[in-house]
Amino acid sequence: MKVCSISLLVALIALPAAASAAAPATADADLRALRDEVARMRESYEKRIDALEQRLVQAEAKAAAAESTATKAETAAANQPSVPVGSNAFNPNVSLILSGLYSNLARDPTGYRITGFHLPDGPLGDITPQRGFSLMESELGISANVDQLFYGAMNFSIHPDNTVSTEEAFIQTTSLPQGLTVKAGRYFSGIGYLNEQHAHAWDFVDAPLAYQAFLGGQFNNDGLQLRWLAPTDTYLEIGAELGRGAHYPGTGRNRNGSGASALFAHLGGDVGASNSWRAGLSQLSTAPQGRQWDDVDAAGAAITNSFTGSSHLWIADAIWKWAPNGNANNNSFKLQGEYLRRSEDGELAYNGAATGIYAATQSGWYVQGIYQFAPYWRVGLRSERLDSGAVDYGSNNAKLLRPDYAPARNALMFDYNPSEFSRLRLQLAQDKSRQGVTDRQLFLQYQMSIGAHGAHKF
Amino acid sequence: MLQRLIKPLLALALGACALPSCAALNILACEPEWGALAQELGGDKVSIYNATNAFQDPHHVQAKPSLLVKARNADLVVCTGSQLEIGWLPILQQQAGNPKIQTGQPGYFEAAQFVRMLEVPSSVDRSLGDVHPGGNPHIQTDPRNIGLVAAGLAQRLAAVDPANGAYYQGNYKAFAGRWQAAIANWEKMAAPLKGMNIVVHHKAFVYLENWLGLKEIAALEPKPGVEPTGAHLSEVLALLQRQPAKAVIRAAYTDGRGSEWLAERAKIPAVLLPFTVGGSEQAKDLFGLFDDTVQKLLSAQQTTAGKN
Repeated sequence: MKVCSISLLVALIALPAAASAAAPATADADLRALRDEVARMRESYEKRIDALEQRLVQAEAKAAAAESTATKAETAAANQPSVPVGSNAFNPNVSLILSGLYSNLARDPTGYRITGFHLPDGPLGDITPQRGFSLMESELGISANVDQLFYGAMNFSIHPDNTVSTEEAFIQTTSLPQGLTVKAGRYFSGIGYLNEQHAHAWDFVDAPLAYQAFLGGQFNNDGLQLRWLAPTDTYLEIGAELGRGAHYPGTGRNRNGSGASALFAHLGGDVGASNSWRAGLSQLSTAPQGRQWDDVDAAGAAITNSFTGSSHLWIADAIWKWAPNGNANNNSFKLQGEYLRRSEDGELAYNGAATGIYAATQSGWYVQGIYQFAPYWRVGLRSERLDSGAVDYGSNNAKLLRPDYAPARNALMFDYNPSEFSRLRLQLAQDKSRQGVTDRQLFLQYQMSIGAHGAHKF
Repeated sequence: MLQRLIKPLLALALGACALPSCAALNILACEPEWGALAQELGGDKVSIYNATNAFQDPHHVQAKPSLLVKARNADLVVCTGSQLEIGWLPILQQQAGNPKIQTGQPGYFEAAQFVRMLEVPSSVDRSLGDVHPGGNPHIQTDPRNIGLVAAGLAQRLAAVDPANGAYYQGNYKAFAGRWQAAIANWEKMAAPLKGMNIVVHHKAFVYLENWLGLKEIAALEPKPGVEPTGAHLSEVLALLQRQPAKAVIRAAYTDGRGSEWLAERAKIPAVLLPFTVGGSEQAKDLFGLFDDTVQKLLSAQQTTAGKN
């Protein structure tokens, strides 16, 4: 607009000059009058230009104000929660773990038993390796806050034999003060380090031998759990559980009260920015009633024994994690070990009849190290051993075998994790869990998760 | 016996409370920039612990024991939100036994709620990499966002600790004044950066680009959160022949190999930006963070000046 006015002015000023050049005889008076006229016009235009400029400044300010209002409105609009408003707005988090396995075993796993350790059929079936292709535990998890007080979660597990079990189904408080948390329902017990983790979070295809021998792989319980996190600067957590204890080493029972109790304490912290650690001590007491297992007696005959009494398991666990500056993007190392010791005391019914005492103290340990040598790539080594210990069958001592054998296994693992949600694993193992049998094992496994983002547990 | 036990326990409890952290408002900051901001506003009334440092990717952190303890004792948790901490913060909330820091409570503060989110995807799928349904969470790279979050945080501090409300508000006013002046200064200094072409390692600088008018030509990660591959780096290099960039930038916690590879071949500087407080020697506080960011970008531009 300004440019326009100026060119108009120039034209007006130039016009009389051109006219005077064309007609030199024009009177001076006329020229003066014209000049005065032009001067007046110029003055008037300048005033109008000033006015316009002022209006322009005002308009610009207004526009800026409008823009900032618009930005504010946009910000407000952008920050409106974008959750769906339909009836599915409160749908819980759903996650699915998909896992499959190919196993190549040098030795036939039929009749697999860890020498010197007596597992009932159910858990024994769970820990017996299978040859060829099989589905691994594939898991469906559903979780959400129930309300302002509780959180709830459930995990179904689909097993290779096409059965489905409920691994966990619990509610948990979120609003108790002073570091207290109560969990109720079915949950993986807080004992040890690996026990509370789901199988897909383990660093090897299978559970350590000690977990297999003493817990049938993993111990879950129907009951109540209380945890307390101390208000100290060092991490100190204490937990107690009461429950049904239907899972091995316990058994189902028809009684009021609790069939399993557990106590655990964890201590942990950081050493500089690069190291974190946790150590724990746990105890699990169960009261198996007629816990049955198939065995072979000293004469080589197939028999079924059963145990009734008390079972006490102690676990000491420790884990150390390292990553440069706490950044595990390229390199990290994890060293982990657990020692399990179980004492059982009570009565043993030899082949369902001759009852004698049973007293056994057995132990086992594993140590494993996992090194991430590049983004996505890890290598791991696990070494483990069991001690079948001193087993006293009392009056049945002569009839039953008491092998002097220490089952052992070593495994080497490589895994490739293209994202947080997928993992491909190769595991090679030398398994000497059966006396006189050395099984060379090769496993290829995939583990993937879809749905809700997984948790980065320590 | 019981008395013998109780006495030391009581002494321990009292001893713990004699420490300054007991009287002060305990704040757990998920990332150092929020720790620094809380310090500006909270002064000596707050005790701050940063859950992560500048050399850690805040997405890939574990709910380690030390963090559980801090979450248990926190009066206020200050996080970015937009699912940046999705892998570990929910576990802390679940296992800490602290009702104050649950989502929806005043003791849980999400910075992303106070700014306009960029790169909000219209649909999400994990095949797209590490995408965040709420938008790109790296909001701290634009100081104007820090200013917006500061206003929200000052109000929240007053809500959580009303006795010191006026103190927090006073600190906020002082901070906001200094911050606005600093932003004006950075913008003046960074004026030549407008329109500068850059390559980023991770799509972590969209707010910085938006603020300074930088133009992101390419990212070294083929998809957000996926490490650069040789093939993708070659593609980026080829792209730079047609559309040259002045620098390849990355955050302090990202691996430098991809950047260095590209920098060497494209003959442009690889610039390590502090990204958060503590990410470089100069980034001692929020002011230093942007002083250094602008300075590093300017010197990168000067290095390549005349070449492109």
